[in-house]
Amino acid sequence: MTDHLSPTELERDARAVLDSIGNRNLSVKERLAIPMQAMPVQDPSERIGNMDEVALGYSDAQVRVESMRCLQCATAPCVKGCPVSIDIPRFIAKAAEGDYAASVAVIKESSMLPAICGRVCPQESQCQLTCTVGKSLKDIDKAVNIGRIERYVADWESRNHVRKNPAVAPPSGKKVAVVGSGPASMTAAADLRRAGHEVFMFEALHKAGGVLVYGIPEFRLPKRIVQEELDALHAMGVRIERNFLVGRTAKIHDLMEREGFDAIFLGTGAGLPKFLEVEGENLIGVFSANEYLTRSNLMRAYDKMRAGTPLYDSKRVAVFGGGNVAMDAARTALRLGAEEVTIIYRRTDEEMPARREEVLHAKEEGVRFLFLHAPLRIIGDEKGRVSHVELITCELGEPDASGRRSPVEVPGTEALHPYDTVIVAIGNASNPLIEKTTKGLDVNRRGNIIVDEQTCATSMEGVYAGGDIVLGAATVILAMGQGRKAAKAMNAYLEHKGERV
Amino acid sequence: MFTILEKQKLSAEVFRMKLLAPNIARERKAGQFVIIQQGGEYAERIPLTIADADSSEGSITIVFQAVGEGTHRLATLEPGQAIENVLGPLGQPTHIEHYGKVVCVGGGVGVAPMHPIAQAMKQAGNEVKIIIGARNRDLVILEHEMSLIASELIVCTDDGSYGRKALVTEPLKELCESWKPDLVVAIGPPVMMKFCTLTTKPFGVPTIVSLNTIMIDGTGMCGGCRVSINGRTKFVCVDGPEFDAFAVDWDNLLMRLGTYRPQEQVAHHRCHIGLEIKEGEA
Repeated sequence: MTDHLSPTELERDARAVLDSIGNRNLSVKERLAIPMQAMPVQDPSERIGNMDEVALGYSDAQVRVESMRCLQCATAPCVKGCPVSIDIPRFIAKAAEGDYAASVAVIKESSMLPAICGRVCPQESQCQLTCTVGKSLKDIDKAVNIGRIERYVADWESRNHVRKNPAVAPPSGKKVAVVGSGPASMTAAADLRRAGHEVFMFEALHKAGGVLVYGIPEFRLPKRIVQEELDALHAMGVRIERNFLVGRTAKIHDLMEREGFDAIFLGTGAGLPKFLEVEGENLIGVFSANEYLTRSNLMRAYDKMRAGTPLYDSKRVAVFGGGNVAMDAARTALRLGAEEVTIIYRRTDEEMPARREEVLHAKEEGVRFLFLHAPLRIIGDEKGRVSHVELITCELGEPDASGRRSPVEVPGTEALHPYDTVIVAIGNASNPLIEKTTKGLDVNRRGNIIVDEQTCATSMEGVYAGGDIVLGAATVILAMGQGRKAAKAMNAYLEHKGERV
Repeated sequence: MFTILEKQKLSAEVFRMKLLAPNIARERKAGQFVIIQQGGEYAERIPLTIADADSSEGSITIVFQAVGEGTHRLATLEPGQAIENVLGPLGQPTHIEHYGKVVCVGGGVGVAPMHPIAQAMKQAGNEVKIIIGARNRDLVILEHEMSLIASELIVCTDDGSYGRKALVTEPLKELCESWKPDLVVAIGPPVMMKFCTLTTKPFGVPTIVSLNTIMIDGTGMCGGCRVSINGRTKFVCVDGPEFDAFAVDWDNLLMRLGTYRPQEQVAHHRCHIGLEIKEGEA
């Protein structure tokens, strides 16, 4: 299964390429001939026994070689593919020179969280999708690995303790609340604080970081990286208030009228997990991916001897869904000791929304995939514990509203499959708490907050929103992009707020 | 941090604590709960119903039984020390209105969250009769406080060591027959609530129960607390904790509470060793 070169071998090969190039100026043809640099990873057989990060990051030689593959083309389609329009060719050029400080500074002009985005952004469907190198080599998988370079320079900055926090303007006299502490809120909080406002971030859980902490596992995004970003916010003067559920501990109106907040950003995230709506979904051993991952990540239940929060003992696990959350849950189950983990998806490999890299990692680790199957019911034993799942085979029919071909069940193909655990990773509905406790805040049919596309302003004056509570299930970078957009509009609003009164 | 202002041992394993939590005290209404996390990042989150609150003092009162690792650890804290994390108030408040005649049934530590509900029911003009149940004399709590609210207070113990030797369902049935209440509110161990439901149903007396299920975040995010209500899945943390007792799938609820029983037994034993507490004591 493993045809991975070791980090040492990858470094040696990259070093040889660097030596052969020397100080020469490279032609386009020469650049296209440079071998793409593979990401060093923990060996699959080892990594399923630990929670450590799977991707180890490029070496110095590798990041320079990979950066030299960039043609510095004038059209820079990559920038258009980036939700926050990072000046990608410029940061890559600096990385190619080995000037990592300058490189990360270029990224930070547009993105607050490069160490996180370098790891979890779906670059293959954004910046790398239209990369000229990938086009020239007629293979998207051969595009310049923009995300890996981004990750390297961000990690370099942190490793060498040369991180510079953004400068904070003199006090504006304005007070702003940021609700939630995930990627949208972290970005908004930083940009609002930079403008000199007093910023309070409200988090319901006992740990800040939102989905980056409770949802995405350690092996994909080490929690120390998220903590560094939170520490940076703290150092800038952002006040992080945990154990504060806006809507319950205080309502939006209370924050504005009683507590004197001049503006509020809502980045409360996705909310309530969806279930399969089949018979047996409340049997023992059926979990939402949110619960399963939260137990392991936030509550540290994977450390069975130390954690107070228990985990279910699983041997045969069925995971329903085809997104990154399904991959995270399946790979977590393997690491927690399940003997067999199967991802069951109604469509095929082609339609799975998960990142290809995550699917590949899951496969390498031994996660099985059962495509074109849908659940009909979950069956329990006499103690109410899951014993089987009844599945039906599907075939692909006409494309649905999402443009994907929709699965059609084939009658007569029902069959029982033995599983003791079912994890449901089919998305989230929006949490109605803020909407229900805030008069005048408009939401759409799905409960997502309606905002102005340009400013992220909601129907309430001074209240802005972004991230999954607006977008439904989206990505970290899209959430960040909205946080940034909202903060810009909020800063403009706050600048003029006093004048209108 | 949430400073402990007062602590009382109500019985061998039951404690009452008053905490400084001004935000929660201001917002909280009868029937709501908090989630507590104490003892570092490996500690579990524990849902506990708010027994009382004083918004002028900025305090809330919790009553808990030391049954697991987390509650045992909580029991070791003293006034002046602080609890790291308290989130709330969570859940929907009790719907209080003038029903007429209301029976409040509290079992074990469930008597504590019943207290503010009984009080509010009385304030809304209801005549309130209260039944308190406990395993034995030592576990009877808040008898005096409840006697100030009730037009009749009935105390039962399983072993007859105090009050009437009966399960709470016995006097409940009698009241349904003779007094014909307009509403019954029952809070206590799930088995007790199930049997209260079976008792009141033949009389058609509307019955409300407050469910305390497995729960992590308490904000709707994990879905671990889901229950089947009239065949539909609901979350205790956001839709509850109170539900129409006749709509609850009790067998499913009781089953789900046993999800982690094997792990809990190991952990309970471990915490007694770790905290150097004898089994059966806290």
